[in-house]
Amino acid sequence: MQTNISASTYRQLEQKSKLTNMFLRWFLYFVLILFASYFIFPLYVMIVTSLKTMEEIRQGTLLTWPSTLNFDSWAVAWGGRGYGAGDTFLKPYFWNSIKMVVPAVFFSTFIGAMTGYVLTKWRFKGDQWVFLFLLFGCFIPFQAILLPMARTLGVLGISNSILGLVVVHTVYGIPFTTLFFRNYYVSIPTELVKAARIDGAGFFKIFFKILLPISAPIIVVTVIWQFTQIWNDFLFGSTFSFGEAAPIQVALNNMVLSSTSVKEYNVDMASAIIAGIPTLIVYVLAGKYFIRGLTSGAVKG
Amino acid sequence: MKTLKIEDLSKNFGTTEVLKKINLDIDEGNFLVLLGPSGCGKSTLLNIIAGLETINEGNVYIDDYNVSKVEPKDRNIAMVFQSYALYPSMNVKENMIFGLKQAKASKEKIEEQLKKVSSFLKVDELLKRKPSQLSGGQRQRVAIGRALVREPRIFLFDEPLSNLDAKLRVEMRREIKKLHQTLKTTVVYVTHDQTEAMSLGTKIAIMNHGVIQQNDTPEIIYNKPSNTFVADFIGSPSMNLIQGKIIKKSDQFLFVGNDSKATHIPIKNYHFDKNMELNNKEIYFGIRPEHIYYKKSNDDDFEIKLKAELSEYIGNEQIITFNYSEQEILAKFPSTAKIEINKEINLYFDLSQISLFDKNSKERI
Repeated sequence: MQTNISASTYRQLEQKSKLTNMFLRWFLYFVLILFASYFIFPLYVMIVTSLKTMEEIRQGTLLTWPSTLNFDSWAVAWGGRGYGAGDTFLKPYFWNSIKMVVPAVFFSTFIGAMTGYVLTKWRFKGDQWVFLFLLFGCFIPFQAILLPMARTLGVLGISNSILGLVVVHTVYGIPFTTLFFRNYYVSIPTELVKAARIDGAGFFKIFFKILLPISAPIIVVTVIWQFTQIWNDFLFGSTFSFGEAAPIQVALNNMVLSSTSVKEYNVDMASAIIAGIPTLIVYVLAGKYFIRGLTSGAVKG
Repeated sequence: MKTLKIEDLSKNFGTTEVLKKINLDIDEGNFLVLLGPSGCGKSTLLNIIAGLETINEGNVYIDDYNVSKVEPKDRNIAMVFQSYALYPSMNVKENMIFGLKQAKASKEKIEEQLKKVSSFLKVDELLKRKPSQLSGGQRQRVAIGRALVREPRIFLFDEPLSNLDAKLRVEMRREIKKLHQTLKTTVVYVTHDQTEAMSLGTKIAIMNHGVIQQNDTPEIIYNKPSNTFVADFIGSPSMNLIQGKIIKKSDQFLFVGNDSKATHIPIKNYHFDKNMELNNKEIYFGIRPEHIYYKKSNDDDFEIKLKAELSEYIGNEQIITFNYSEQEILAKFPSTAKIEINKEINLYFDLSQISLFDKNSKERI
């Protein structure tokens, strides 16, 4: 049975659904703005605090805009006050971190790409076991390996050095980078490798000439992931290095926590922001590819 | 000298036997199609010929030279894949000359080959394009071009038309046929599509469960299938296989369906492959739907009255299902024929086109 609905009823229904839609839309924006402000709020406090003088901070006006924009605390955080002993500032440690993060990201990404390539395109007996153990590496809590790793670095003679940290981060990055590359290469037809073999290309030629040139999306994903992990790492940095070899996160901690005199909130905030800027830059430059690479398993040739 | 010879070849993945004692050879210039349902081992066999898979037992010879342990690139073969497998980061030209470059051919030789092949396949306009900027048909053409440039002894095709739409598939099929007619290079071609196999092959090897069921010309495979698998696999709709037995009456062999009241069909002029006791033998009586007529066409045609049960109209033809001894028999008529359903009509079996199979061994008798 069909019931006939008159034109006016249709108009009423249309009006109603229009109103409902409008209401839902506004509600959606409201919720989005609420959450956005919740997440952006701490950053706002950090930025305004870093631009205030200590007198202004002491007045307890956490949320107000600074009366005058004062960049002194940024200069102090980056370059120090210029007097000798006991003055900790970020500049040297920032470069330490760069010297650590660049080779560590490069090597872990490269090795991950290689293992991913072998595990998908040059299958061998027991390869799924190798992959399983590598996956297992993703779930090992880092605290559990601190002591054995310290001993290993000692034996190798690279404890308390940037080189030591590069090695640690490379080794512990490989499970993740392998996982990324394996999952990406699984979606690339193995026929490509077969065709290249018939054309006479060998193991390395196929990797560098055929697979690597189409790996850009997953390389970006891996680089962002590894860069963030290694740059933000505090545990390995504080365990395996001290003094001048420390990366920036350790130095930041030392600055903020072991300050002997009055707490300088503005300098602390500026330092924290400086320590966070590089990861922010990497995200802004490559974020678009990050989402694309994570979501698109298959890139059609 | 055989261009390609495969001798007692066996292959297993773990405990699964994929190929069992395969023996096969191809003469120069032949077009061999490996045909079979998915999972029958045809692609594995092709990969073994290419050298992309290892062998468990047996040998592969190319021009009488045992290549079983020779690298793919040194076997003088070229392969075209189902997914085309064009290198995504290279343009058409780079794709086509990649193999020659690997083989360290001279610049002049590369240019000459590229020019020859690209104009032959009409892809000279596309040389600067990336594979992603090509249509399916163009990609297929470039993939063939990449194989041609190498001037191989044997072409291997692995279901090259499966990714194309129906119309393009027919076009490309004709192009491959023309290509073979012009170049006369030996071809091994894998497909699961019987139309492709029939139209392209000079020889067809039908495979099932890792065993070659029959290896012969398309005509013989169609007319004289060597077992019920081949009979059933080739033809659309496939051959009617009617269960029943042979009886002997006054020196004449007759076929009768399971129900002994069913019409007896005489077996005349049938060339039995094997000498055996025929009386009371349980068999399958095979007749193709297109060899059942609604009008008498040959003097020898056997007239039989059957009840029509179902009609399927497919444009130029119609497929009618009849009932013989409680078994379905399909017949293919032009759609102009007026057939009434649920009525007995006179049919004519073309007895010169029948095949008989042993019920137990499923082999042709």
